[in-house]
Amino acid sequence: MNIRPLQSAVVAAATAFALIFIPIHQLTGQSPSPVPLTLLSKDGRRALAITLVNGQQFVSLDELAAVFQLAVREGSVGALTVSYKGRTIVLTPDQARASVAGRVISLPAPPARSGGRWLVPVDFVGGALGLIYDVRLDLRKASHLLVVGDLRVPQVTARYLAVSGGGRLTIDAAPRARSTVTSEGNERLTIKFDADALDLSPPLPSSTGSQGLVLGIRVVDGTTLTVDLGPRVVEVRASAQPIETAERVTIDLRVAQPETPPPAPPAAPAPATPASPPSLGQLISPTRTLATVVLDAGHGGEDLGVRSAGGTLEKDLALAVALVLKSAIEGRLGARVLLTRDDDRQMSIDDRASFANNNKADLFISLHANGSFKTTTSGASIYYAAFDGDAKATGSTSPAERVSVATGGVRDIELVAWNRAQTRHLSRSMAFASLLAEQFRDRVPLESRAVRRTPLRVLQSTNMPAVLIEMGFLSNPDQEMQLANSDFQNTFVQAIGDAIVRFRDGPPAGGTR
Amino acid sequence: MLPRTIAIGGVAAATAALAWVLFVGLPRWYPAERAPVSGAVSGATGSATQGRKIRARLFYVSEDGTGLTGVEREVPFGEGVDQAREIIAAQIAQVAEPIVSAVPPGTTLRGLFLTDRGDAYVDLSGDVIKAHPGGSLSELLTVYTIVNALTANLPAVQAVQILIDGREVATLAGHVDLSQPLAKNLEWIQ
Repeated sequence: MNIRPLQSAVVAAATAFALIFIPIHQLTGQSPSPVPLTLLSKDGRRALAITLVNGQQFVSLDELAAVFQLAVREGSVGALTVSYKGRTIVLTPDQARASVAGRVISLPAPPARSGGRWLVPVDFVGGALGLIYDVRLDLRKASHLLVVGDLRVPQVTARYLAVSGGGRLTIDAAPRARSTVTSEGNERLTIKFDADALDLSPPLPSSTGSQGLVLGIRVVDGTTLTVDLGPRVVEVRASAQPIETAERVTIDLRVAQPETPPPAPPAAPAPATPASPPSLGQLISPTRTLATVVLDAGHGGEDLGVRSAGGTLEKDLALAVALVLKSAIEGRLGARVLLTRDDDRQMSIDDRASFANNNKADLFISLHANGSFKTTTSGASIYYAAFDGDAKATGSTSPAERVSVATGGVRDIELVAWNRAQTRHLSRSMAFASLLAEQFRDRVPLESRAVRRTPLRVLQSTNMPAVLIEMGFLSNPDQEMQLANSDFQNTFVQAIGDAIVRFRDGPPAGGTR
Repeated sequence: MLPRTIAIGGVAAATAALAWVLFVGLPRWYPAERAPVSGAVSGATGSATQGRKIRARLFYVSEDGTGLTGVEREVPFGEGVDQAREIIAAQIAQVAEPIVSAVPPGTTLRGLFLTDRGDAYVDLSGDVIKAHPGGSLSELLTVYTIVNALTANLPAVQAVQILIDGREVATLAGHVDLSQPLAKNLEWIQ
């Protein structure tokens, strides 16, 4: 889509304003009112008010009608008909679903009435309205953004990793937006993205989290970031390259005396341009490393997994979701994401676990679809490893054994049985499973007991926090339809991504392992 | 001639007496020391005492499909390992609706072994894999139907390992680790 210069300027200015202030409200929690949804289009920006009902985010149907030129009619039996250019959505009060051009989709909550007006869940915009509207609607709930049309609004994530002699700052923009990096000595870097706006909602590295090497990351206009560097930085090397579907800017920072303890970070960042907006990094807690994530698409090859009555195969569904999830995680976290299989290939369970172990993954997620002896069973569930008898599990490591090493001398090593490798990660696996259930709740149907400990072989042998997600039951015809729907799959991907971000950012290290 | 005949007869009588002591007398004198915890059977029928029954708790898929429900059933009485075999035979027998079994139809018991440590090895036919619907929940229910059927009814059985067609297998349908005996798990019972 072509954007005229004036419109681009409006979008850029509006986005800069929105993207700077939205996370401040969101993260500091100082504002009791819900953060509005910011609508970005080629015509500029506007805010849509959010109303919280039972913890769910709702928008006014009247306001949506005014913005998107919708016709809303309330029928005699209470049904709401929303029309746009001859295409209709029918909503029924008390039912968390909508009929969209004859197709039924689920909503996280039914429509609600408040003060004489109808409210609809915010997911209605992306899930239902997007199906009848003639311009793409990209709802980014986590960022409180609604992108209308083909604007280029990449999600920008940044993470800092301490390395010997300095640190590495990695900034990813996904989908890919070409970048131009310029430096002003060792004090500042400017990264200009070829985009219409930037989506900067995830936490960015702070001064404390980067040992004082990165003082702050600021937005100087809608599409340019400025990275202010600390006084200890003596050398900066920056490079940009495409990684999968993202643009990755890697900035290596070297310090003068890496052997001496780093001085305390400055009490307050010192932005060079006082008129600039405040640094987001000052307001956000430091991030933790989640360098490698392994995604395991269950089954494959001759091992079909569950086969639904309608012909959907578990192995195909698992692979489809894994591929989308890979891109999503890479875009949001900048992490290395590896797939145990990226095609229709048979793999043993132990090969999947050893793939994750050999790649020193920080997180392992196995994706599956469930089967039941009853066609009515439904809902997603998350499993983490159980071992047969806690006593056996806790006693799974042998006493340290003294071995000779190649460089001479001896060394004590702890021996862990292959099929007991997970024992030391159980508490973190459980924590991640709980985060997933929390993120799934209100977005996808959950089984009555959503989180369970089970003796699943692929989990027992993985030497990192590990879970297996059953996305729903292919043995249930209704769930089969849901699971085959790409919108539903994207909901899973979004929820899993949100859970990973929360898992990466807390709780404090050492407390759960 | 006569002494030789007497000698042959004596040897034969002594051999017969020894055989009686070894194969009939000793088992009668010490029946309880061997039968309850060790032995082996194969096939679907055994030496259960004619007509005598015990009440055993068998397990079937719960109403919502997410767990197992225990049901009291009469099962033929058997001594030691025979009792274990009778319980599994009853557990894997086909049932009529609305009861739903987590053991696929057509599955047969090929053999059952008990060790002195209280581990039971239940050898099922490959039909349990071929006819399995897949999915980790179904697999868990199948496995714990077998495990709990023995561990919940026979105190001497501490853990159960499922074999398929006489061999160890990693899993039934790609999920649950069957490389070692599994202990009773009532978490799946609703």
